[in-house]
Amino acid sequence: MILEKLSLYLEYPFVQYALIVGVLISLCSSLLGVILVLKRFSFIGDGLSHVAFGAMAVSAVLGLTNDMTIVLPVTIICAVLLLRTGQNAKIKGDAAIAMISVGALALGYLIMNIFSTSANLSGDVCSTLFGSTSILTLTKIEVVLCIILSALVILAFVFFYNKFFSVTFDEAFAKATGTKTSVYNLLIAIVIAVIIVLAMNLVGSLLISALVIFPALSAMRIFKSFRSVTICSAILSIVCSLLGILVSILAGTPVGSTIVAVQIAAFLLFWIFSFFKRGVKK
Amino acid sequence: MAQLTCRNLCIGYDGIEILHNLNFEINNGDYLCIVGENGSGKSSLMKTILNLQSPVSGKIIFGDDLTQNEIGYLPQQTLVQRDFPASVWEIVLSGCQGRRGILPFYSKEDKALAKKNIEKMGITHLTKRCYRELSGGQQQRVLLARALCATKKILLLDEPVTGLDPNATNEMYQLIKKLNKDGITIIMISHDIDSSLQYASHILHLGKKIFFGTNSDYIRANVGFNPNGGEC
Repeated sequence: MILEKLSLYLEYPFVQYALIVGVLISLCSSLLGVILVLKRFSFIGDGLSHVAFGAMAVSAVLGLTNDMTIVLPVTIICAVLLLRTGQNAKIKGDAAIAMISVGALALGYLIMNIFSTSANLSGDVCSTLFGSTSILTLTKIEVVLCIILSALVILAFVFFYNKFFSVTFDEAFAKATGTKTSVYNLLIAIVIAVIIVLAMNLVGSLLISALVIFPALSAMRIFKSFRSVTICSAILSIVCSLLGILVSILAGTPVGSTIVAVQIAAFLLFWIFSFFKRGVKK
Repeated sequence: MAQLTCRNLCIGYDGIEILHNLNFEINNGDYLCIVGENGSGKSSLMKTILNLQSPVSGKIIFGDDLTQNEIGYLPQQTLVQRDFPASVWEIVLSGCQGRRGILPFYSKEDKALAKKNIEKMGITHLTKRCYRELSGGQQQRVLLARALCATKKILLLDEPVTGLDPNATNEMYQLIKKLNKDGITIIMISHDIDSSLQYASHILHLGKKIFFGTNSDYIRANVGFNPNGGEC
């Protein structure tokens, strides 16, 4: 019965689009998530997504049809600034993130409120923040754009994997022995910004952090090497997103929060398993 | 020519100078200990040599075919590393990163070198273990193996025995001494003046009075050296 219903849904292109985009975004975000969690930048996803929200509000007011033209550059600039202040900071990393995040959210909402052209303001805000069902209303162009950008992100990650590892594990050592750490930090910042703008379609700005940190944290409960943690979090993230999307379609729940709920469940499972494993060892 | 020469070097950060006119030379095979109170600029000096910060004025000159990227470095542990999921193999191999340039993956030679240095440090049995589960002494050996992947000539160590128990401390000193005998120049920041005098060939004392010379000269000059043992 459920299977019949599911196979019926899977024939619709919008469901196929949602699954493709969901898998790609969760793969990208989980790859970078490991680095972000380890660099103590778990909240950068949250901060940047609010920046992207603010930028979206501005572009909506300006009446731009394709808001990527503003959102992506603004988010990249903020990502670069945030990761840079983390290194030699007058305002420490977490405070800077909190400041930019709250500021952008408030200003974005303010701008939307003052200059709004839409009849359903709170509905708009809600869907930008929580993603609501926008992943089910993707156009073909958006899907293609998402595929291209995620391909770039994955390529960059594979190509620079060893560099990202060195820079994350011990930046001072990497720099002292001749790795151009500032270049790779910049690259990490850009990739993160791209992922966050992509992910806003899927889970909305509030829940992006979940997509970034949960798979990494779950994987770190059990696996011991950087490579296995990365691979595990990628697989886990894809599985959770697929499950979340399917459940939300069948049960009619909001996509973003359903995915996060699945992620939380997976984290708890991994956590319990790690206790169990440690218990056996002793 | 000396392997490393500091000429009229002034060091500081944010425009505030903490060390004036430092002049010293290190030759191939030397074992230099940098001693001095907290805040005397030991770490800043090391960071300047490593090009992690730029000098206020003056010069650091590399000789003997030594280039900036051929310096091995054993930093103090950071907070990040304490719960970092990484295997010993991954960490040691990352010591070869500096030579890779833009190339994405490690070569066979890199892997062979990493393997050799792991053996040299006597931690082959730990290769697949997770770094954060090792003891302090074992972790330092891992980082030392990584530093050896980055250099064949000179090692800079920032308080390598901090937090180690007496046994591990002793083993660490023996390891460093052996590396020095194999021809690697050692520059080490230390709090432990007794061991510095025991192992080092040269001492650089930073503080109100700056001293540079061989360790026997240092004992004679008696700069801040407390004959009753312990730190000054």
